[in-house]
Amino acid sequence: MFDSMKFWTVLTRLAGILVLLFLLLPLFAIIPLAFNAGSIVSYPMTGLSTRWFEAVVSTPRWLNSIGNSMIVAAATVALSVPLGTAAALGLDRLHFAGKSVVMAILISPMIVPVIITAVGVYFFFAPMGLANSLLGLILAHSAIAVPYVLVSVNAVASQRDRRLERAGSSLGATPFVVFRTITMPLILPGIVSGAIFAFAASFDEVVIAMMITGPDQKTLPRELLSGTRENLDPSVLAVATIIIAISAGLLVALNLVGAKRKVAG
Amino acid sequence: MTIDSAAMRSNIVGLALIAPLVIFLAFTFLVPLGRMLVLSVSDTELAAIMPRSVIALASWDGETLPDEEAFAAVAADLAAAREDRTAGTAARRLGYASAEWRTVLSSTARSLPDDASSITNWQDTLVSIEPAWGQAKIWHALAEARGPFTDIHVLTALGMDGGPDSGLYVNVLVRTFVIAISATAICLLLAMPAAYLLSSVSGPLAGLLMLTLLLPLWTSVLVRSTSWLVILQKNGILNQILMALRITNAPLDLIYNRTGVLIALTHVLLPYAVLPLYAAMKSLPKSQMQASRSLGGGPLSGFFRVYLPQVLPGLSAGGLMVFILALGYYITPLLLGGQGDQMLPFYIAYNTLQALNWGLAASLAGGLLIVTVILYLLYVRLVGVERVRV
Amino acid sequence: MMKHTVVAVAALLAAIAPAAARDLTVVSWGGVFQDAQREVYFDPFREETGIPLAEDSWDGGIGVLRTKIEAGDANNWDVVEVEAEEEALGCEEGLFEVIDPALVGGVDQYIEGSVTECGVPANIAAIVAAYDGAVFPEGPQSWADVFDTAKYPGKRAFRSGPKMNLEFALMADGVAPADVYTVLSTPEGVDRAFAKLDSIKDDIVWWTSGNQPMQLLGSGEVAFTTTYNGRVAAANLENSRDFRIMWEGGALNVDSWVILRGSPNKDNAIKLLDFLGRADRQVEWPSKLGYGVGNVEAQAQLPAELAETLPTSPEHLEAGIKIDANFWIRNIDALNERFASWSSQ
Repeated sequence: MFDSMKFWTVLTRLAGILVLLFLLLPLFAIIPLAFNAGSIVSYPMTGLSTRWFEAVVSTPRWLNSIGNSMIVAAATVALSVPLGTAAALGLDRLHFAGKSVVMAILISPMIVPVIITAVGVYFFFAPMGLANSLLGLILAHSAIAVPYVLVSVNAVASQRDRRLERAGSSLGATPFVVFRTITMPLILPGIVSGAIFAFAASFDEVVIAMMITGPDQKTLPRELLSGTRENLDPSVLAVATIIIAISAGLLVALNLVGAKRKVAG
Repeated sequence: MTIDSAAMRSNIVGLALIAPLVIFLAFTFLVPLGRMLVLSVSDTELAAIMPRSVIALASWDGETLPDEEAFAAVAADLAAAREDRTAGTAARRLGYASAEWRTVLSSTARSLPDDASSITNWQDTLVSIEPAWGQAKIWHALAEARGPFTDIHVLTALGMDGGPDSGLYVNVLVRTFVIAISATAICLLLAMPAAYLLSSVSGPLAGLLMLTLLLPLWTSVLVRSTSWLVILQKNGILNQILMALRITNAPLDLIYNRTGVLIALTHVLLPYAVLPLYAAMKSLPKSQMQASRSLGGGPLSGFFRVYLPQVLPGLSAGGLMVFILALGYYITPLLLGGQGDQMLPFYIAYNTLQALNWGLAASLAGGLLIVTVILYLLYVRLVGVERVRV
Repeated sequence: MMKHTVVAVAALLAAIAPAAARDLTVVSWGGVFQDAQREVYFDPFREETGIPLAEDSWDGGIGVLRTKIEAGDANNWDVVEVEAEEEALGCEEGLFEVIDPALVGGVDQYIEGSVTECGVPANIAAIVAAYDGAVFPEGPQSWADVFDTAKYPGKRAFRSGPKMNLEFALMADGVAPADVYTVLSTPEGVDRAFAKLDSIKDDIVWWTSGNQPMQLLGSGEVAFTTTYNGRVAAANLENSRDFRIMWEGGALNVDSWVILRGSPNKDNAIKLLDFLGRADRQVEWPSKLGYGVGNVEAQAQLPAELAETLPTSPEHLEAGIKIDANFWIRNIDALNERFASWSSQ
């Protein structure tokens, strides 16, 4: 009996390791090919070369797209963090039955399939001259990024120790001073992780970018999609390798903030 | 200050803080979605290009062929449309009912005589260009397309338009659900051992294992799809390994088909299944399995009778979220599937950007939106809105 | 500190604001094809005129052009390389500007009949079957061979869409090249073509953009692929491989340059078209990828050994068919719809 229990435990753990490997290993499968000498994206490799990385850093369209992605993601953070933080603190103060409905609507852009948002925004923004501009893309990205900020800040805000604020008020501090000196430091980890999530949401997004950007506004994922569809060569893999490195960097940053991804259950 | 008025004040401040986001989302999300839904039933293209025909057909009985006046109106409208180069738009609109009408309308516009003054009988003229004008069917299509609203796109999306290819979108819908359900099932199955492993270790190792779960989650879907392209292709890594191990003699078809889509979709969605399950398992006291065992239960019966029921909330939360997300995937099937593996989002994009049938695109998007919202509300109700995490 | 912030914000706003005027944008088929065009045409144009020229790429399809026009101000293309039936259909539907031939070098500069109301010839290519000489030293001899999965095991890559595939299927089914469009003009002929495609449907991988075929062939994913003739030599050069062309039954296609209606850069677009059609530019084009040109003078200047490798050489014209734009103008929409429905079942 004891042995059979042990057997099952070991077997389950082994299966668990295999599943985690299934998740992790594919990310590394493309990295060697980014250093391939030939142009066909397939093993075996025809030789070692960094020509595709050189191609990426010397090609204006890749550099432009990296620049566009950075601008859009940064602006998305700048827009979605204040909006999301204010709304999270607002929700925190609400005391009525429909509160969860309000919350559900505000975070729905995170749930609604991006293709639907993209089509809706395409039809709506185009006549207003907002298509073919980074501004249109930033607005749309902020809509899908703001729920991440809202959820992150909300999680931290709902668990903070409210007695500190009450103590502050009773000692005569104005609401603004209370916010700046007490509330803000308490919810800061939530804001920072929300900002990182928002950045990543924008930096990864391709479907809206596909719908509403022109050749001058192509973002990195948009260029990568063109790459995989129209122009598959190892420079696409070189870019993918760079993106994996950036993702890993963001993840480490998130862990340093200490605001680990709060787990749903 | 009474408690009531304090709560009231708190509510007002709260709403004021939420207001900017509500206004912002109205502009960037809610109104665009609403406008899109309106687009799925609005129908103004034909009436704008063929105004005379629309008026002439208003008094048509619908039984016999319309009178000469209607034939002359169609000819006049199409001649003007040819001049303005708008006949294609009218033809496209009529083609929504049946592709045949599109051809008829375009070719009629193309073949109308340049000098209209010599024509005395428009009925004969039109019928001689395209015999379809001699039958009531195309006239019905014209009359139905006069706007300003139509149900044609919604009916097409539901496979109820009666055309020869009318089953297409029902097929697509079924396929979308089949793929989403399969991906969800595979994810849940794989999530069990992974979540168990994560919950049973502690210390630095636990952090490291968690990273292996989160790094893929943080990596662009596009990058991951590209990697699967490299792994699954005919001479790809997986086939080479399988053949080196003599598991198979000839390379397997793993890409541009359902297999490729399911593998990649599972990879993308698996973390969303593991995380809630992990949380449920972590909160479970280890002593329970021991208790079950000391009462004489075997490991399997202990699992099914004690363990599983307790992690079921985590399992269903993860499953529901995976399913909702799976319904909306576009990029993964696009890069790894064949033509027969594309899901609803592909057809929404196709009809928006390539086939120029915005009404149909909006109808399909509306359908997907409704299903998603229902499932999302179910999730909120079962799991709680504060636990929505993507 | 504050000042820096203001400057940074202002710079950011300038970057993201909707541009009042956008650069002239030229759209072509991407990949090595567009790389070569950049070398022969686009970069010299930028240098000579100083006009900023943006680029995009696309995979064809009249619906895409219709969408661009329908989207109004959201349209971001000016000059587009289109296939023959797209040129004719789009011109008729008012998707393109009407071009005064005198402004782009005159009708006589080009091959007879190739200048139309809305388009000037851009490129002459053959859509052919390609295979790996290392795998099939003999290669397929006809479309019947390409469709014969018993004799030549493996998948085939075809371009997604009915155009050309229906023609190839009919030839594979025994229809003589000269009769292809006669047969295809009947409903039975269309059914026959679809039935032939249906017989190998499970072995078909569909490609959408011109760069995919050689990747699919090169990675061993498919045994045969249809492709534009120029991509084959380019892939050989890049990877030292032995991909070969089956010219038999290839389809000759003349692409045109068009200007999308309402282009805010129409004057510069005309200048670009004029530049693209010049003999001194066009004469450099065939040696890049092995495609033909529409400029008569350039054609005459080509060395004989180069001219005979082009799709326009008498030998290759003899072996292939010419795509019948009139057939596709009439039928592309209905057949697109049928194809979409058939291929997704």
